[in-house]
Amino acid sequence: MGRFSKAHSSKTDMSKIVKLKKGFDINMVGKAKQELADFAPAQTFAIKPTDFIGLQRPKVLVNEGDTVKAGTPILIDKALDQVIYAAPVSGKIVEVKRGDRRKLLEISILADATIAYEQFGQVDIASLDRDALAAKLAASGTWPYIIQRPFGIVANPAETPKSIFISGFDTHPLAPDYGFALQGQENYLQAGIEALAKLTSGKVHLNVDGSKGTPAVFANLKGAQVNKFSGPHPAGNVGVQIHHLDPINKGELVWTVSPYGVAQIGKFILEGIYDASKVLAVTGSELTKAAYVKTYTGANVSSFVKGNLNSGHVRVVSGNVLTGEKISLEGFVGFYHNQITVIPEGDYYEFMGWAKPTTRLSYHRALGLLSFLTPNKEFVLDSNGRGEERAFVQTGVFESVTPMDILPVYLLKAIMAEDFDEIEELGIYEIVEEDLALCEFVDVSKHPVQELVRKGIELIQYS
Amino acid sequence: MKFLRDLLDKQRPMFEKGGKLEKLYYAFEAGETFLFSPNHTTGIKGAQVKDAIDLKRMMITVVIAMIPCLLFGIYNTGHQHFLATGGTTGLWDNFGDKTWVGVMLVLPIVLVAYTAGGIVEAIFAVVRKHPINEGFLVTGMLIPLVVPATTPLWQVALATVFAVVIAKEVFGGTGMNVLNVAMTARAFLYFAYPAQISGDQVWTYLGDKMPVDGFSGATALAVVYNAGVEGTQSAVEALASHNTVLGSGLFDFTNLFMGWIPGSIGETSTLMALVGALILVATGVASWKIIVSGFAGAYIMGFVMNLFAVNEYMALPPQYHWVMGGLAFGIVFMATDPVSAAQTEVGKWIYGLLIGVLTIIIRVTNPAYPEGIMLAVLFMNVFAPLIDYYVVKANKTRRIQRATV
Repeated sequence: MGRFSKAHSSKTDMSKIVKLKKGFDINMVGKAKQELADFAPAQTFAIKPTDFIGLQRPKVLVNEGDTVKAGTPILIDKALDQVIYAAPVSGKIVEVKRGDRRKLLEISILADATIAYEQFGQVDIASLDRDALAAKLAASGTWPYIIQRPFGIVANPAETPKSIFISGFDTHPLAPDYGFALQGQENYLQAGIEALAKLTSGKVHLNVDGSKGTPAVFANLKGAQVNKFSGPHPAGNVGVQIHHLDPINKGELVWTVSPYGVAQIGKFILEGIYDASKVLAVTGSELTKAAYVKTYTGANVSSFVKGNLNSGHVRVVSGNVLTGEKISLEGFVGFYHNQITVIPEGDYYEFMGWAKPTTRLSYHRALGLLSFLTPNKEFVLDSNGRGEERAFVQTGVFESVTPMDILPVYLLKAIMAEDFDEIEELGIYEIVEEDLALCEFVDVSKHPVQELVRKGIELIQYS
Repeated sequence: MKFLRDLLDKQRPMFEKGGKLEKLYYAFEAGETFLFSPNHTTGIKGAQVKDAIDLKRMMITVVIAMIPCLLFGIYNTGHQHFLATGGTTGLWDNFGDKTWVGVMLVLPIVLVAYTAGGIVEAIFAVVRKHPINEGFLVTGMLIPLVVPATTPLWQVALATVFAVVIAKEVFGGTGMNVLNVAMTARAFLYFAYPAQISGDQVWTYLGDKMPVDGFSGATALAVVYNAGVEGTQSAVEALASHNTVLGSGLFDFTNLFMGWIPGSIGETSTLMALVGALILVATGVASWKIIVSGFAGAYIMGFVMNLFAVNEYMALPPQYHWVMGGLAFGIVFMATDPVSAAQTEVGKWIYGLLIGVLTIIIRVTNPAYPEGIMLAVLFMNVFAPLIDYYVVKANKTRRIQRATV
């Protein structure tokens, strides 16, 4: 931990408590009510190869019209062909959508009324060696949940990470409450952790929210070191947690898995099927009803959104508003996204908008920005760009929302200059886009911070 | 406002690619975005919402923070004029006349600085095809505040053009500059036209009137410097007995702090600079670390001078350094320019401290430069990247050491 970092950590038994001060919570209108909504079930589901950032040479294994079961391989990366990307539901392949230069965009499936599963057979973890277990998981459809750091790409089953991290809470705006979304999944989570423990040479870390009580679903899990993190967003980001517990140095590998992935891995272990069901948070100020919905990975959002809007001109975001992706009203939820957020589209002009006093949310307090007076208010945020891109002027702000011993502006400037040594030395191995997403939000000069982070990662990854 | 919006939308195609006035696109854009915040939305991937701040708002905050200094400067310009020409003795006598004299002197300088800077910005924006930088909103106000009210307007224009071109645009515009633009303008005037920005004759506007008998136009810094050379009385005594024909205590501590003294337009009042500092710090626009360490550095160096005093200037109580000359204004508005200052948090402490220290060293030990803040800021502007270099290097070293432990 850096000398100048404001974090304090202390040891209690095995687990650690880390209190973070830097960061910023974005409170928004449209939090999901803790209940399962009775939206009409989604009919179509899609795998979007663009969700898997490191996927280099995608190859589709099915054709339009084919029928598949949940768990049937439909896509592989020829560069890492032991990992399969499987159909989340059973049904008929309705479209293999390609874009410019035949870039693969979506493989969509019309789901059966009752889902049929490929039967892989139960997995006895104890009887398998590490590589055999990794091979089984790689072929299960659950493997893409295992992400490798550095670079934030799908992990290579042939490699062994020094540790595996699971963040047990999400501090992004309107993020799902894992305690609700994963309730009843204790056994699967437990089996998932046991499987992951076998894949690493070190520990499995499960990090929970230290400011609230540990949700019941995580309370009795064994085989993982449970650490407590507290503080504003991005305290729930697994990258921040890694930085404080077992930072990634050059040449080291750490894997991360979201609890949704852990549960699905566990279900595969215990029941021998790829069950891509998940409880999704349907959130945002523009919805009449914001609640949770039980569906499957890659669900079409139209049945959750249409007829549920309280205004006409909206943007549907797969994921949260900091790191998510704009999709259409008929779009599909991303593989790694556990929520959708519906916000007003912000394509309007505003007379003297830069000078008028405003109660819109701001991290800053410059003249006329009044939101700091109402820290607990829930805000309606729209997609307006709020000004034009400029050179870096203000300093010290990125550092104040990044609870890591990293200098974001210097790192970003190194990426702009494509200075490989600097990029490496300033800590590119420790971050992915989401870790600096708040910087993109608070930036006075409106830089595409996350895009730059990915550019920096790719410069190093492919050099 | 619909009418304005429609008008802009109608003109827009003319300035866009293929339009008749395509070359002037950025000039059009500057006007348009001034009137209306743009309707751009966030991209497909990444942050879907953005903070309500933008650079225009940040810059205008700095301009607002300077307004107390400007208003005070206007009135003080008139007040000094009436004081020197025997027209008044009371602070608030002839309020209207004083304000009028001040406005007539200061307003043209402000207008000239904005116009000259704006034209240069626009030319560069068109030629270099980049947006017009909001930084000039601040520069255009800073330059008038750091020159005497008697400065010829053509000099103001020339200095502004020089500074915007040489200190900023050649590096690529706001955000890329090494030196503080307004300080560069002042330094340009100081070296190119010293007669109009130094000495005893320029700080008070006399117009066609004769000063009262025994009037001296010297600044407090000059008085203290002379006390150091002559050594017949202490510096504080010299200040107290200065210009008594205009009334007693012109240069006593309170009056220096309030700023009812001759000097550059906006820099005389420490109080008003502190009001500005309060605005800048409360709004989070300027670094409090630089301001605090700047004042601390000046005090510490003043105190060190006391310890080794061999003349009366060195023996001057350190708090007097805070209220004389442009130190307060320079630390609050010039040193905190985020682009030319140190950019790391540790670096800001060092940078501010050294500005304070250097200012006092230059003031006290260098007979050629009665005021040190200008050169101290420019000097530290140049060294800020070096300070940051070591702070950043320490960050990298921590990362490497972590790996090898």
